[in-house]
Amino acid sequence: MSTREKVLWVVAGIAIVVYALFPVGWIVSLSLKSSDDIANGQFLPTALSWENYEQILVGDAAELFLPALRNSFGIVLIATFIACVLSMFAAYAIARLDFTGKKLILSTALAVAIFPVISIVTPLFNLWRQIGLYDTWPGLIIPYLSLTLPLSIWTMSAFFREIPWEMEQAAQVDGATTWQAFRKVIVPLATPGVFTTAIIAFFIAWNDFAYGISLTSTSASRPVPAALGLFSGASQFESPNGPIAAAAVIVTIPVVVLVLIFQRRIVAGLTNGAVKG
Amino acid sequence: MASIEMRNIVKKYGDGFPAVNDVSMDIADGEFMILVGPSGCGKSTLLRMIVGLEDITSGDMVIGGNRVNDKAPRERNLSMVFQNYALYPHLSVFENIAFPLRLAKAPEDEVKRKVTEASDVLELGEHLDRKPANLSGGQRQRVAMGRAIVRDADAFLFDEPLSNLDAKLRGQMRTEISRLQRRLGITTVYVTHDQTEAMTLGDRVCVLRKGVIQQVASPRELYEQPVNLFVAGFIGSPPMNFLPATVSGATLQTPFGPIELDATRAEQVAGRELVLVGIRPEYFEDASLVDGAKRDLGTTFTAKVDVTEWLGDSQYAYIPYEAPPEVDAQLKELSRELDSDQLRTQAIVSIDSTSRIREGREAEFWLDARKIHVFDPESGQNLTRDEEAGAELTRMAAEDRESGL
Repeated sequence: MSTREKVLWVVAGIAIVVYALFPVGWIVSLSLKSSDDIANGQFLPTALSWENYEQILVGDAAELFLPALRNSFGIVLIATFIACVLSMFAAYAIARLDFTGKKLILSTALAVAIFPVISIVTPLFNLWRQIGLYDTWPGLIIPYLSLTLPLSIWTMSAFFREIPWEMEQAAQVDGATTWQAFRKVIVPLATPGVFTTAIIAFFIAWNDFAYGISLTSTSASRPVPAALGLFSGASQFESPNGPIAAAAVIVTIPVVVLVLIFQRRIVAGLTNGAVKG
Repeated sequence: MASIEMRNIVKKYGDGFPAVNDVSMDIADGEFMILVGPSGCGKSTLLRMIVGLEDITSGDMVIGGNRVNDKAPRERNLSMVFQNYALYPHLSVFENIAFPLRLAKAPEDEVKRKVTEASDVLELGEHLDRKPANLSGGQRQRVAMGRAIVRDADAFLFDEPLSNLDAKLRGQMRTEISRLQRRLGITTVYVTHDQTEAMTLGDRVCVLRKGVIQQVASPRELYEQPVNLFVAGFIGSPPMNFLPATVSGATLQTPFGPIELDATRAEQVAGRELVLVGIRPEYFEDASLVDGAKRDLGTTFTAKVDVTEWLGDSQYAYIPYEAPPEVDAQLKELSRELDSDQLRTQAIVSIDSTSRIREGREAEFWLDARKIHVFDPESGQNLTRDEEAGAELTRMAAEDRESGL
C-alpha cells in the first residue's frame, strides 16, 4: 500500500468513526449540561454539571428510573437465558436431525421475526389483562421471547451447521452417549455461537419500547425505554432533555460492557484445526 | 480383541439403491483387512456399519461372537480414525487422547499412565499441552491414532486416514500404522482408495465394486490371480493392459501379433472367438535387452511408441493400438469405473531404464507370455485363473502373519 492510499484509508476511517459516534458524543455532552445550559447553542457544556445524573439516580426521577433499570435487567436477562437454551436445542435439532416440518419451523421462525410488533401489541394488551399477565415480568418475558427466539434459532443453527458431523460421531465411537457428545463436544464448540446469540437477543430485548410501554403500567415491571418516555420536566414549560440524555448514557453502559467482556469469546475460528485445515 | 463376521450385509438408502449389497466376510482376530475400491463402491459405508454410525438394512454384523446390529457405537468397543481426524479443537492433545478414558470414568492416575504410553508410542510427548489447531497435519493424524489406541478396543477402524497428507508423509505414516498394528496385534479394518496402501498394509484385501465384493484375498493373490477384469484393472500401477484378441487354436491374435498359449491355457480359452488378454506392464521388455535364453519363452513384436516416461529407476512406454468397436466400448466403461477415464486405447509397457527406445519411432518389444491372463469380454471373468495357486498365495500370507505375531 502506498502512503497516499494509507492516508486515504485513515481519513476515511476517521470520517466513518466520527459519523457513527457523533450522536453518542452529543448525548453524553447533553447529559452533562445543567438545565439552564441546555440551550447554550454549542456542542460542549459551558460548565460540567452532574445535575441530570443526580436527578435520575437520587432526585425526583429516581423513583421512575431505578425500578425501571432493575426491571429491564431482570426481564431481559431471563428472556435472553431462556431464548439461548431453547434456541440451542432447536438449532441443534434443525442442523443435525432429519424430521418432517424442519423447513416449516425455520420459515415460521422467520415469519414471526418479520411480523411488526405494533400489530400484536393491541391483542396482547387485551389478552394479558384477561389472564392477569398485564404489568408483570412474565408478561414482558413472553413477548420478548417471540422477538428473540426466531433470530436466535437462525444464528445458532448457522453455528451448529459449521461444526463437523464427525466430531460428534467420533465422540460416540469413543464411548459417549448422544447427550454426552452434545454436552462435551458440541456445546463447547458452539460457545462463540451461544455468546453471539445471547448478545443479539439481549440487545433486541433491551431496546424494546413498544411492548414495554403498552404492557406495563407501574414500576412493577416497566422497563427503562418505557420509563424514559415518561420523564417530565420540573414544570410543564421545561423539557426533560437533560435527564433523558443522562438515562440514555446509563442504559448504554451495560451494552458496551457486555460487548467488551464477550468480544474475545465471540471471535470465530475456534473450530480451526478440528479437521484438516 | 475380536473377530468380525459379516453375514449378507445389505445397506439400502431411502431411494432403494443398495450401497452395499449382500456382503459376507470373516475378519480373523488380529487380522489387517483392507477395504478398497473406486469412489462410491460402498467401502466407507461398510466400515461405518461395522462401527455403528450407519444402520444395517439387513444381514448380521457379529463382533467377537456377539451380534451388534442393534447396538449403539459406544457399546461396540471399537475405535475409529476418521478421514479428517475429527479431533476436539477445544481440548488439548492430552485431553483429546484421554477423551475415551474420561468417558469411561477411568481414575486420574490410569488416564495419565495410558495417555503417556500412547503418546510415547506416537512420539507426541512434547505436544501434549498444545491445541490441535497448532499441530501439523501429520501430528494431528497421530493424535487421532492416539485417541484410538489409548483404550483397549476390540478392533481399529480406519477411514482413509492418510488421504489428507502429502505424499511423503503418507509413506511414513503408512509404515507407522503397519508397525503399530503388528505390535498391538489388534483386528484392523482399513478403508482406502489408494492401492499402494492396500497392497502394503493388508494381510488380506477386499475389493468392492458398486457395493458387491469382487474378491477377498492376499495382495499377492489379487495381483497374480485376479478373478475378473475389474480386480485386474484396479490392482497394480500402472494398470494391467487389456488387449483384444481372437482365438485360433492355441494362438491369440492381438494387435501386437500372435501370442502362443501353453496347453492348459489353450484348453481354458478353447471355443471362444473374441477375448481380452490381460498383460501387466512389467511382462513387457525392450527386446534388445532380453537375453537369448529368456527370449524363447515369450514373443517379440514391433510397434510404434507414442510417448516414453523415464523415471530414473524405471521407464514406461505408451503404445497406442486399435480395438474393435465391441471391445472398445467395454474397455472405456471399465476405465471409467476405475476412475481413470482413459481417452485412447493404449498399452503401457514397463521397459528397463537403460533402454534406448525413443518416442515416435518403431521399436521391438518382447512379451513374457507365461503370466498373462485371458478374460471373457462379456462377463469380465478371468478364464485362466488358477484357483489353487491363488489360494496358496493367500495361505502363505496367513502363515507369515501368524509367525509374525
